[in-house]
Amino acid sequence: MNLQTIVLAAEGGAIPVVHPVDADGVFSLLWLIIALPLAGAVVLLLGGALAPRALDRVGHWLGTATVAGSFGLSLAMFVSLLGRSEEERQVGQHLYTWFEVGGLDVGMDLLYDPLSALFLLLITGVGALIHVYSIGYMEHDARRRRFFGYLNLFVAAMLVLVLSANYLGVFLGWEGVGLASYLLIGFWQHKHSAAAAAKKAFVINRVGDIGLSLAIALMFTTFGTTDFAAISESAGDASQGTLNALGLLLLLAACGKSAQVPLQAWLLDAMEGPTPVSALIHAATMVTAGVYLVVRSNFIYDLTPTAQTAVVIVATVTLLWGAVLGCAKDDIKKALAGSTMSQIGYMMLAAGLGPAGYPFAIFHLLTHGFFKANMFLGAGSVMHGMNDDVDMRHYGGLSKYMPVTFLTFAMGYLAIIGFPGFSGFWSKDKIIETALAENLVVGLCALLGAGITGFYMTRLMLMTFFTEKRWADDVHPHESPRLMTVPLIVLAALSVLGGVLILNDFIVDFLAPVTGVAEHHEPPLAPLVITLIVTLVVAAGVAAAWFLVGKRDIPREAPQDVSFATRAARADLYGDAINEGLVVQPGRRLVGGLATFDRVGVDGVVEGGSAAVGGMSGVLRRVQNGFVRSYALSLLGGALLVVLALLAVNLA
Amino acid sequence: MAFWILAPIMVVAALGILFVRKAVHAALLLAVVMISLAVLYAVLDAPFLFAVQIIVYTGAILMLFLFVLMLVGVDASDSVVETIRGQRAMATVLGLLLGLVLVTGFSQIALGTAVGLDEANEGGNIQQLANVLFSRYVFAFEATSALLITAAMGAMVLAHRERLTPKSTQSSLAAQRMRDYAETGKHLGPLPSPGVYARHNAVDTPALLPDGTASELSVSRVLAARGTVRSAPAFADDIDEVRRQLAAGRSDATADPDRMPEQGGKDGAPATTEEDVPR
Amino acid sequence: MTNEYIVLSAILFTIGCVGVLTRRNAIVVFMCVELMLNACNLALVTFAKQHGNLDGQIAAFFVMVVAAAEVVIGLAIIMTIFRTRRSASVDDASLLKY
Repeated sequence: MNLQTIVLAAEGGAIPVVHPVDADGVFSLLWLIIALPLAGAVVLLLGGALAPRALDRVGHWLGTATVAGSFGLSLAMFVSLLGRSEEERQVGQHLYTWFEVGGLDVGMDLLYDPLSALFLLLITGVGALIHVYSIGYMEHDARRRRFFGYLNLFVAAMLVLVLSANYLGVFLGWEGVGLASYLLIGFWQHKHSAAAAAKKAFVINRVGDIGLSLAIALMFTTFGTTDFAAISESAGDASQGTLNALGLLLLLAACGKSAQVPLQAWLLDAMEGPTPVSALIHAATMVTAGVYLVVRSNFIYDLTPTAQTAVVIVATVTLLWGAVLGCAKDDIKKALAGSTMSQIGYMMLAAGLGPAGYPFAIFHLLTHGFFKANMFLGAGSVMHGMNDDVDMRHYGGLSKYMPVTFLTFAMGYLAIIGFPGFSGFWSKDKIIETALAENLVVGLCALLGAGITGFYMTRLMLMTFFTEKRWADDVHPHESPRLMTVPLIVLAALSVLGGVLILNDFIVDFLAPVTGVAEHHEPPLAPLVITLIVTLVVAAGVAAAWFLVGKRDIPREAPQDVSFATRAARADLYGDAINEGLVVQPGRRLVGGLATFDRVGVDGVVEGGSAAVGGMSGVLRRVQNGFVRSYALSLLGGALLVVLALLAVNLA
Repeated sequence: MAFWILAPIMVVAALGILFVRKAVHAALLLAVVMISLAVLYAVLDAPFLFAVQIIVYTGAILMLFLFVLMLVGVDASDSVVETIRGQRAMATVLGLLLGLVLVTGFSQIALGTAVGLDEANEGGNIQQLANVLFSRYVFAFEATSALLITAAMGAMVLAHRERLTPKSTQSSLAAQRMRDYAETGKHLGPLPSPGVYARHNAVDTPALLPDGTASELSVSRVLAARGTVRSAPAFADDIDEVRRQLAAGRSDATADPDRMPEQGGKDGAPATTEEDVPR
Repeated sequence: MTNEYIVLSAILFTIGCVGVLTRRNAIVVFMCVELMLNACNLALVTFAKQHGNLDGQIAAFFVMVVAAAEVVIGLAIIMTIFRTRRSASVDDASLLKY
C-alpha cells in the first residue's frame, strides 16, 4: 500500500497516505523522547517539596540533561531513519489505549516520520542549546528551578504535539504548549504587564483552540476517527464542504498558535517573558506549530483549494503585517517578534501553496528556528549587558563591547535578510520562487516582504551594534558568560550552514513520503533571475535602512511627530484596537446585556414569581386566624358548594 | 299529628338556643328539642331509640352538659358583640342559603309511600335491632365499646390534675393566716357577715363599712359572679316604700321621714357592686 | 309520606350550623353540635321507616354512642381549657394561627 502510494506520488499529484510500520530497534525508544523531559518537569515542579536545596543546586542541569538526552535519541533515530528505504520511513508506536467510548477508540499512538524527525531535531536540539543558555541567563533568578521545570514541560508537550499519530494527541500537546507558554510568559508575574500578556496570549490561543477542537469533532463525525493514517486514507471520501470546513477550522487553530492575522495580537506582548522563552517558544518552536499542523494535514488541504487560498491570504497579510511592525518597534524583542510573525507568514504561505511549498515551509521553519533563536538569544545577551534595557534607542555601538554576541547576531542577521549563501537565503528564496510560480500577486508581496525584512533587520542591527553610543551613564556593557555564548556560537553556525539541507534537493526528497511530490510549475522567470531580483530587493531594503537610520542621528527618545504609517505600526497596526472594537466591546456589551437580562428578566421572573407567591401567602395566611368559628364557616361554605354542585349535576 | 304539634316547638326551641344568652337556658331548650325528638322516634316506629334518646341523650349527655356548666360557672354567658368581623353576617347568609337549598330540595323530591317498619319490627323492634346489631354490625359494635373505653380513659386523663404542692392541712392553713396578717395586715378572723336589712333576706346584700361603703367580702363570691348582689340604693326605694306605707298607716302629720332611724347610713352608701352588667 | 320529617331534620341541622358559627361559649357550641347530630339521627330514623329497613335505626344508635364518647372528651377538654384560661369562649383559644 505504502509502496504503491509512493510510486503514485512519484508520478505527481497523488496525496500520500500515512501508513506507519511497527517500531523496532532504536525506534522502540520513541516514547522515551517525550518521557525524558516530562520526567524532568515532574521532578522539577513536584520534587521541590521533597528536596528543595538539592534541586535548586542541580535542577537546571537536570532539566538540560533530559532535553539533551532526547536530542541524542532524536539524532540516533534520524540517522537510523536515513538508513531505511523510503517506504519504511514512517514508524508508528502504540503506547496504550487512551480512551475507548462506544465506536470511538483513541490510542496513545506515536508517529515518527521525516516530518516529525526534523521537528524532533529542531525542538530538542535548539531546546537543549536554549536550556544551556538559560542556565547562565537565569542564574540570578530565585525561581530558576521552576523555570526549568516549565521549560521541560514545554518541550514534553511540544514533542507530544509533533509525535502524536492522531489529532487528539496533537490537541493534547497543543494545549500543553499553550499552558507552558502561558506559564512562561507570565513567569515574572510580579510585573503587571507580564501577567496581562500571559492572560492575553492564553485567551487568544483559546480562540484558535476552538478551531482545533471543532475540527477534531468534525473528524469524529465524518471519519469516525482522528488517526492520521485513517483520515489520510479516507479524506477523499468526504464531501467538499466538510473538507473546506476542516481546512478553515485547522487554519483558525494555526492562526491562534502561530500568531497569524487576525489572531496575531498576543505575540508581541508575549515578549514579556524571559528571553530564552521568547527564543524557544515564541520564535523557534511553538509558534511554528501552526505550520506543522497545516503541513501535517496536507491530505486535507490538498483536497480543498478554498482553504488553501485562505491560508495563502492569511499568510500574505501576516507576512507584511509583521514586517511593518518590525520596522517601527524600538523594543528589540518586539522588533524581533514582528520579524518572527513575518517569517511565520512566509512558512504559512509556503504551506498554503500545496505540495510544492510544504518542503520549503519546513525548510524555512528549520532555518528560521536556527537564526531567530540565535538572534533572540543574542538580544538576551545584549539585554544582559545593558541592565535588562530593551529599548534599542538606548543602545548603539555595542559591537566593540560584545564581540561574540555581535558576530553571532550578525550571522543570524545575514541569514534572515537572505544574504547569499546563508541559510535564510536558500529557504526564503525558494518560497518566493514557488509563490511567484503559483500566483504573481502573492509572489510580489513575498518579494516586498523580503525587502522590508532587509530594512528592519538592518535598522535593528545598526541601532544596536553600530552608530554612536546612547547608553545611560550607569550602563557598562560586557560580554556574556561562556554558558550563554557557546549556544550562540552553535546557533550562529547553524544559521550559516542550515542551507545545506537544500543541497541536491535533500529536504524535498526527504519529506516526499509525507508531503507528496509536487507537479512541476515553471516559474515566470528563470530561478536564477528570481534569486537575483530577491537579492536586489533585499539590498534595496538594506540600503534604505542605511540611509534612513545609519546616516542620521537617533534620538534617545522616540520622536512623536511621525507619519501616520509609523504611528500605526507602533500601535501594532491597531491590532489591539481592532480586537477591542470588533470583539471585546461588542462582547462586553453582549455580556452586559445578557447579565442585565439575567438579572432583570430571568431573576425577575424567578424572584418576582416567588415574591408574588410569598406576598400572596402573606395575605392568604390571614385566613388562618386561629378562630375555630372561622374555620367552621369555611367548612359550611364548602359543604354548601358540594350540595349545590350535587344539585347542579343531578338536575342538569 | 304529633309531628305537627312537636315540629313548631322543636324549631322554636332550636332557634331559642341561638338567641338565649345564658348557657343554662340553652341546655334546657336543647332538652326540649331532644325530648320532642324522642317522641318523634316513637312515632317513627323506633321504640328502642325513643328510650335511648330519653335515657342517654336527655338523661346522661345533657346532664353532663349541665354538670360542666355548673363547674365552669353558670354565669358564663355569651356577649352579644361579635368579635370576628363579618362572621355573623356570613354565618346567617350561608346558613339561610343552606337551609333554603335543603328545605326546597327535600320538599321538592317525592320519597313515595313509606314502606313502614311493620315487617321489619316483626317480633319486636328491640329483638330485631339486636338481631341486626349482633350479626351484621357486630364488629362496629365491638369497636364502639373500645371507643367508649378510650373515651372514658381520655376523660380521666384530661380531667386529672397532678398535685404539684403538698395538700394543705389545718395547721399549715392557720400558719398561713398568721403569716398573711404579719405581712399584709389581712384580718385574722372570719369574713364579715352580710348586711342585714329588715325587709330582706340579706344574704345577697353587702354589709356596710363604717365609712358607708359596701364590703365586697361580706357577700358570697358566687353571688357576686352571678350578678345577683343587691346594692344599698336599690333598697333605698324599698325603704321609702315602707316609710310611705308606715306614714299612710299612721295618718299623715306624724310622718317625718327625717326621723326615721334607717336614714343615717343610707345616703353615703353608693352601690359599688355591679348588677346585671353583661360580661 | 315522610318528607316533612326530612325537612324538619334539615331545618334543625341548619339551625345547629348557624349556632356553631355564631355562639362563642364552648359549651353552647357543643350543644349546637349535638343538635346537628340529633337532626341527622332524625333523618336516619325517618329513612329507616321509609325503606322498611332497620339499618337506619342502627346507624342512629351508633351516632348516639359516638356522640356520648365525643361529649365526654369534648367536655373534658373544655374543662381543661377553662381551668387554665378561666374562660369558656372558643375565641379565646386562638393561639394556633399565622
